[in-house]
Amino acid sequence: MEMDMLFNSGILTGERPGAEKPPQELWETKQNGLVIIECPQRIPCNPCHTSCPTGAVLPFEDINDTPRIDYTKCTGCTMCVAKCPGLACFVVDLTYGGADEALMKLPYEMLPVPEVGSEVECLNRYGEAVSKGKVIRVMEPWKDKTKVVHVAVPKSLVMDIRAIRVVK
Amino acid sequence: MDLIKEHPILEFEHGKKVKFFFDGKAMEGFEGEPIAAALHANGVRIYRETPEMKRPRGFFCAIGKCSSCFMVVDGVPNVRTCVTALTEGMRVETQRGKGLVPPLS
Amino acid sequence: MRQTEVMVIGGGPAGLSAAVEAASLGCQVMVVDSDLKLGGQLIKQTHKFFGSKEEHAGTRGYEIANILFRELEENKDRIQVLSNTTAVGYYKEDGVVSCVTGEDEYFRVKPQRVIMATGAQEKMIPFPNNDLPGVYGAGAVQTLMNVYGVLPGKRVLMVGAGNIGLIVSYQLKQAGVDIAGIVEFMPHVGGYWVHAAKVRRLGIPIYLRHTIVEALGERYVTGAVIQAVGEKGGLAGEPKKVDCDVICMAVGLTPTCELLWQAGCEMVFVPELCGYVAKRDNQMRTSVPTIWVAGDAAGIEEASSAMVEGRVAGLNAARSTGHVTDTEFDARSSLYWKRLSDLRAGPVGEKIRYGISQACCGSWEV
Repeated sequence: MEMDMLFNSGILTGERPGAEKPPQELWETKQNGLVIIECPQRIPCNPCHTSCPTGAVLPFEDINDTPRIDYTKCTGCTMCVAKCPGLACFVVDLTYGGADEALMKLPYEMLPVPEVGSEVECLNRYGEAVSKGKVIRVMEPWKDKTKVVHVAVPKSLVMDIRAIRVVK
Repeated sequence: MDLIKEHPILEFEHGKKVKFFFDGKAMEGFEGEPIAAALHANGVRIYRETPEMKRPRGFFCAIGKCSSCFMVVDGVPNVRTCVTALTEGMRVETQRGKGLVPPLS
Repeated sequence: MRQTEVMVIGGGPAGLSAAVEAASLGCQVMVVDSDLKLGGQLIKQTHKFFGSKEEHAGTRGYEIANILFRELEENKDRIQVLSNTTAVGYYKEDGVVSCVTGEDEYFRVKPQRVIMATGAQEKMIPFPNNDLPGVYGAGAVQTLMNVYGVLPGKRVLMVGAGNIGLIVSYQLKQAGVDIAGIVEFMPHVGGYWVHAAKVRRLGIPIYLRHTIVEALGERYVTGAVIQAVGEKGGLAGEPKKVDCDVICMAVGLTPTCELLWQAGCEMVFVPELCGYVAKRDNQMRTSVPTIWVAGDAAGIEEASSAMVEGRVAGLNAARSTGHVTDTEFDARSSLYWKRLSDLRAGPVGEKIRYGISQACCGSWEV
């Protein structure tokens, strides 16, 4: 009941269709990272598929289906991350940096835009700051004001961190 | 004025800045934008008082449907300030009660 | 008395789509809109739209409006646009529409055909002091900040977690406004899960099974009292005081249909469409043979379906004045109805599909 209420308020409480982790072995070795899409509800929407240049996000038979991914084709390019109207796509590169580090590529549409090299707060699904992160790059794949921030984070938190906050 | 100075998505193009009067006090707003927007930017929230209970009313629907934002503008009452454009020198007054429609000149 | 072939009442996504469709097929069109700017609710939407490529998925709402404005411009020889003009009455005795531009320029129009695309208006819930300045409709808050760049306040309590409540909360955050929280009566958000996830990860609390009990303040809002709601709907727990200077109402919209009533259209109350709507056939025509309806006025839904319904209404109005061949009509009509059916196919469309079945009579008896 509690878990239901949590999920019902927008907190992902566990994997389910449309919100699954990439296969672990591939993920741990994939340079540039793999996408995680957290879109567990059947809604009429498919820009993740239409924006994907490699066909990794599979075509939708029914536009209301939850997204399905062919991880062998995903290159971690973040075109879907920047296109998704629900900001539901994230790329996680487990090969980045040291043994305890990972690189997350997160969508960002707030001000101020984080500076490369600066430290930002990394927020979990509740908006709680769970760690600091170093901003490695700031991209704007579609030149449409949605930024994708590449931030180095502790590897153990890649399934918690879902947003950043610029500390003034 | 309480304007949004920077926005991650939008760029605001305001028109000409003009002077207008609210209850006799000089204020600034943008020509062509709704009177209600100019008032709000100047911190004015109370637009009228209801006839019976004298309750304060202000902005509500912003599409000219609810009658909450009626004010006396250049002597004419019941003006929907949320969809009426601001002009230079406009006299905007708090409407108290039903307002008096001026005779035809 | 002004004349026109097709009068479109309302210049939002449905109205503009209807106007462009009818004009591109050869009709003379007049569009009236009571706001200073055209585009209805579309011009305030900074978020990217859902749907498919045809509905401009992944494009921001105000950019979709620009696409419609460009089409309007392309057809400008046949479309007359009157903004700041409210259609204030429909006289069913003679089919005349009375209009007012601004506060005092009154005129009448005798159109051959009418498309009612009058959209919707905010609902309200009763609570003490709900009339205080500072209690604003969510759409109104969007207009202030996204169209006119004015800060609506410093700290907002959002009432309602449908798509509008969730999206406007996110947009308030983008404008630099603090959100005290979102209260939602139901045990789940009404809007898309991804919209809720987006605001929660920014630290905006969503209080499910909560309602607003009172607005606080003498002359304007200075705070609010919220409280939990039990399973049977009554108040539970202890009231909680919330600091805020704006209480944003996002408790639902209801179709705007005064003109439809005045025109004598058969009306029906459909809860799933959020109020009274005109009964319509399977081409969006009302019981009055010269009047069609499209968009939120036909039932609360989305901008994407509003645009397609506008196309259907425009197409049918154009056919009825002799501008469309049967083959052209069949081609366009089946395309538009396929798009609508795709948009409404999933679980979120179920309520709409049921609502439409209650309001649709198939075809009018000749």
